[in-house]
Amino acid sequence: MIKAILIFNNHGKPRLSKFYQRYSEDTQQQIIRETFHLVSKRDENVCNFLEGGLLIGGSDNKLIYRHYATLYFVFCVDSSESELGILDLIQVFVETLDKCFENVCELDLIFHVDKVHNILAEMVMGGMVLETNMNEIVTQIDAQNKLEKSEAGLAGAPARAVSAVKNMNLPEIPRNINIGDISIKVPNLPTFK
Amino acid sequence: YKLKSVQIILNHMFATSFPQAQMSSIVCFPQAKYISQCIDEIKQELKQDNIAVKANAVCKLTYLQMLGYDISWAAFNIIEVMSASKFTFKRIGYLAASQCFHEGTDVIMLTTNQIRKDLSSPNQYDTGVALTGLDLANDIMTLMSHTKPYIRKKAVLIMYKVFLKYPESLRPAFPRLKEKLEDPDPGVQSAAVNVICELARRNPKNYLSLAPLFFKLMTSSTNNWVLIKIIKLFGALTPLEPRLGKKLIEPLTNLIHSTSAMSLLYECVNTVITCNKLCGFFQLCVQKLRILIEDSDQNLKYLGLLAMSKILKTHPKSVQSHKDLILQCLDDKDESIRLRALDLLYGMVSKKNLMEIVKKLMIHVDKAEGTTYRDELLTKIIDICSQSNYQYITNFEWYISILVELTRLEGTRHGHLIAAQMLDVAIRVKAIRRFAVSQMAMLLDNAHLIASNTQRNGICEVLYAAAWICGEFSEHLEEANQTLEAMLRPKVTTLPGHIQAVYVQNMVKLYASILQQKEQAGEKEAAQEITQLMIERLPQFVQSADLEVQERASCILQLIKYIQKLQIKEVPVAEEVIALFAGELNPVAPKAQKKVPVPEGLDLDAWINEPPSDSESEDEKPKTIFHEEEQRHSRHRQPEIDEEELARRREARKQEQANNPFYIKSSPSPQKRYQDTPGVEHIPVVQIDLSVPLKVPGMPMSDQYVKLEEERRHKQKLEKDKKKKKQKKEKRGKHHRHNSLHTESEEDIAPAHHVDIITEEMPENALPSDEDDKDPNDPYKALDIDLDKPLADSEKLPVQRHRNVETLKSPDSEAPLVEKKSKKPKKKEKKHKDKERDKGKKKEKKVKSSKHKKKKHKKEKEEKSKDKKKSKKKSHHSEEEPPESVQNGTLEDEPLPVSSCAQTYDIQGNLQNDSQVTVSVIFENKSTSFLKSMELNVLDSLNTKMLRPEGSSVHDGIPVPFQLPPGISNEAQFVFTLQSIVMAQKLKGTLSFIVKNDEGSTHEKLDFKLHFSCASYLITTPCYSDAFAKLLESGDLHMSSIKVDGISISFQHLLAKICFHHHFSVVERVDSCASMYSRSIQGHHVCLLVKKGENSVSIDGKCNDSTLLSNLLDEMKETLSKC
Repeated sequence: MIKAILIFNNHGKPRLSKFYQRYSEDTQQQIIRETFHLVSKRDENVCNFLEGGLLIGGSDNKLIYRHYATLYFVFCVDSSESELGILDLIQVFVETLDKCFENVCELDLIFHVDKVHNILAEMVMGGMVLETNMNEIVTQIDAQNKLEKSEAGLAGAPARAVSAVKNMNLPEIPRNINIGDISIKVPNLPTFK
Repeated sequence: YKLKSVQIILNHMFATSFPQAQMSSIVCFPQAKYISQCIDEIKQELKQDNIAVKANAVCKLTYLQMLGYDISWAAFNIIEVMSASKFTFKRIGYLAASQCFHEGTDVIMLTTNQIRKDLSSPNQYDTGVALTGLDLANDIMTLMSHTKPYIRKKAVLIMYKVFLKYPESLRPAFPRLKEKLEDPDPGVQSAAVNVICELARRNPKNYLSLAPLFFKLMTSSTNNWVLIKIIKLFGALTPLEPRLGKKLIEPLTNLIHSTSAMSLLYECVNTVITCNKLCGFFQLCVQKLRILIEDSDQNLKYLGLLAMSKILKTHPKSVQSHKDLILQCLDDKDESIRLRALDLLYGMVSKKNLMEIVKKLMIHVDKAEGTTYRDELLTKIIDICSQSNYQYITNFEWYISILVELTRLEGTRHGHLIAAQMLDVAIRVKAIRRFAVSQMAMLLDNAHLIASNTQRNGICEVLYAAAWICGEFSEHLEEANQTLEAMLRPKVTTLPGHIQAVYVQNMVKLYASILQQKEQAGEKEAAQEITQLMIERLPQFVQSADLEVQERASCILQLIKYIQKLQIKEVPVAEEVIALFAGELNPVAPKAQKKVPVPEGLDLDAWINEPPSDSESEDEKPKTIFHEEEQRHSRHRQPEIDEEELARRREARKQEQANNPFYIKSSPSPQKRYQDTPGVEHIPVVQIDLSVPLKVPGMPMSDQYVKLEEERRHKQKLEKDKKKKKQKKEKRGKHHRHNSLHTESEEDIAPAHHVDIITEEMPENALPSDEDDKDPNDPYKALDIDLDKPLADSEKLPVQRHRNVETLKSPDSEAPLVEKKSKKPKKKEKKHKDKERDKGKKKEKKVKSSKHKKKKHKKEKEEKSKDKKKSKKKSHHSEEEPPESVQNGTLEDEPLPVSSCAQTYDIQGNLQNDSQVTVSVIFENKSTSFLKSMELNVLDSLNTKMLRPEGSSVHDGIPVPFQLPPGISNEAQFVFTLQSIVMAQKLKGTLSFIVKNDEGSTHEKLDFKLHFSCASYLITTPCYSDAFAKLLESGDLHMSSIKVDGISISFQHLLAKICFHHHFSVVERVDSCASMYSRSIQGHHVCLLVKKGENSVSIDGKCNDSTLLSNLLDEMKETLSKC
């Protein structure tokens, strides 16, 4: 079982949190903070597994994470999951995001939290892996997008909103947007196809 | 406006992504203010009618939830959005709901309804999105056979949550889940594998029967994810079914050689090492693991170590050979890897290498930077040394000095651990006490070094142990005066209260022993001096802010003042004082109390006296003052001045020691321990002469003991060699080599000290049970369900029967009642017999390598004949009698030369097909002739058909496989298939046979009718009143009622009649009103409310099927009208 999926940036700001067990909002924040604390102090070239998250789970649980540019993708899983399997799954997730958002970056996750959730919902449901085939996931997401478009109404809004924001005069923005691309392909690990 | 609100939320998002904002986020005022502004905006938006605006607001709320804001106040709005007609909005609503709703949410009923509605939506994504939401809908079962694989796979996955929530749903749903393992869509298949693996992980034995299926999947699937899951599952199954292991070798080898995915390879190796039977293969895998650990990829290194720890449990030897590698990993820069390596060390130690390993660890302790890792090292050292009752420690002096060395660690959280070890060793290992006391005295002497910063320093806990050991075993103390002085230092008052309390208490012990010593030596002045010292120094403790310290100190001060008075009178007091602390304190196993059986006739819950009116019970002692359990023993030892009281106390103390033994902090499984080492007390203990003075505190001394130990071992070895040489002089050469090879092995190293496990540690009549080890709250325990057992009636899900009757596996069978009626003139008897009995039947099913027992399932067998008056006397071969259906069913015979009278039928549910019944008919030959070639034929109706052998037509009869001599009865079985059970059925039939007597043979025929009444399809099922009430509330039931007048029998009798003839059971009875319940073999619930008025009875019935109900009531009316 996957207990929780967390995405946060290099500063520990949550970008997505999905808990498959009920925690109160406060506990959720504590978990995110604790996880960030554990993960962030690790070097780049150490292993991607981490034990000892106190709040979530216990000894049976493990944190499996990957670090892409500005973002940490952390899966908290128990012993029924294959460690390398989950690493591959994170890769699939990121690649799917990359496909759906075209060169995904941290901003995409901020603007489209709901979409990221929708993509995640096609991969993991109730803590169990639903689909590992990227093409299948993308097909479903595309179909849903089409449906959304056909419902019109709000369809144009997000695009307008993005352009509106982009046109705003915020001097700091560029500094923070240029967080590099996170579309990193990890060559060594074969993905599920 | 919409745009503006989007802008606002986006602005906000930006604000939070700024690093600057980040820095101050903990205290950031502006941000909190900003968000409260945002929330106000959102509240405004939620009030709007426009669903798009609402949805947008909810979307923003979801974001806020992620940031830790409670958004449950908007629950109702979320549901509004969930119920939007457009998918776009609906999805937003569901996302918000899944993020913030939980069981306690007050709108959960609304949510459930909304989900129900969406589940039945024609749009696949609507349904999909609803499934993602919450797991409350039971209707998911139906969706598992949805036409779209997309829905099927989601439905299958969500079933796991349903099972967790409602374990009782697992059995009915399991066959369908199993089906999905072979679903044509790989996604659905993978979902099913996921769910079953998750289930099986908790209770693998219940899933052994699925092994062949998984085996097939493993060889055919190409999906790595599925393969990994299956392989992991086999890892859990093989320990239960060793034969599986062999079967797995081939496919696993294939996978290992063919796969390019490291994850799959690793899992294969992982599974192989759990099947310990595969020796040759096993070594290969261990080698592979070594390669993994040596790999530069940190992930693989980590996993290699992880897998090693699994091998450790089964093959410690094969891991020990990689000790070098593992010790090397301790130096890795990655903490995860170091921790893994530490774990492995735990299992790798032996008597031989313990000292060496601990030495290495001590070096690491010195080098460690972070306190967490250092604390981890500390606990590991203690774990390693203390494991299985100090099994690997051969020299306790060494261990004590290691513990003393560990006290140099500053800022550790584990001071109490060290303290507990010190206490434990000092108490259990009697031989070490002298040494322990000297070390502890040294610690006390240097307390200022340890307790330099008491507030943050957990290490001062060791002083607790030191003070106690010095006090309790003061007879071993050489420089008692010096120690006493150390304990009386003003600095002590800065220690935490619970430690001071122990100090005060143990000072007296120490004082008592010094007093005795001095008195015996006749040094009266010295004795008085020491008393004076006590009287001078104790007041500093009397002034303590800690109540415990204060109380103890003032008691003791009084005691000592009294002693002083006596001393002045030159009365010898030492004997009296020392008697205060007489007696041994023995360790008691942690579970000892639980294991004492309660004596017969003792009710522990009963009040001995009337309970006190207010809550001032003794339990409410200020527990917080007693920091640890260890302190309890000294609580009752406050000395009194009065002589008599002293004596009484002394007695009481002895009593207390006998009854309420000292409790020692747990160490691994004491029960086992003492069983494993019988009679340790008789083993002579080697005493080591301490030549090294132990003066310098805080210096690494353990090394000395390592050397000493080596010398000792060497000596031991030499001695043994000598012995052996003596014993076997003839074969000396050979044996000498043998010895030199093996002296270093485990068995030859005799420990220098033995751990005393005093038998009192467990009560004499302890009950050996380990039940208490299980966690009763384990949520997965509920899912430990035997899945191969056929479903019982009560287990069917009420929702299912509308939708998927066809797939329900059910042992229920039709229960028609057959009666044959004798028309023989002689026998005008009334018969009334109704028997039900259960017959167990065992079926064994062998599934390839796994055997699984099918649970006995019930068969119902009923025997019945009916009470009917035969009004007419008829000669042989009379005409057919009109059928009289009185009750459950009749099979009416034509009058015959033969009277076949007793009827038995046996209802045997067919597992594969629940619409089949077997009717067993007992034929009894009541004539004087011999009957043979009997053949039974029934005219089939559309609904009910007799099952004939293939190829025969509907007109063919079925031969009865026996002949009947006169007066003999025998039983034959006939299978019928049925469709509907809501209507009563009558089948005409003929029995043809040949009558053979002295006069010759004649061909005879007997017509009969089989009456399958509705009541006969009912099965008496007990039902609890709350379940009954729920059923009635559910509102799925049709209602109908009857009233019968002219009833004279008692209500009791009436109920009995209904129970008996119509297979009901009484749920509840109040006066002349009763509720009754029964269910049909096809799962219809039938509820009755029976009320008796004067001379009349009214029955209100409720049932899922109105036809069935009305038929049942009609039958009931008929029965009752006869009363």
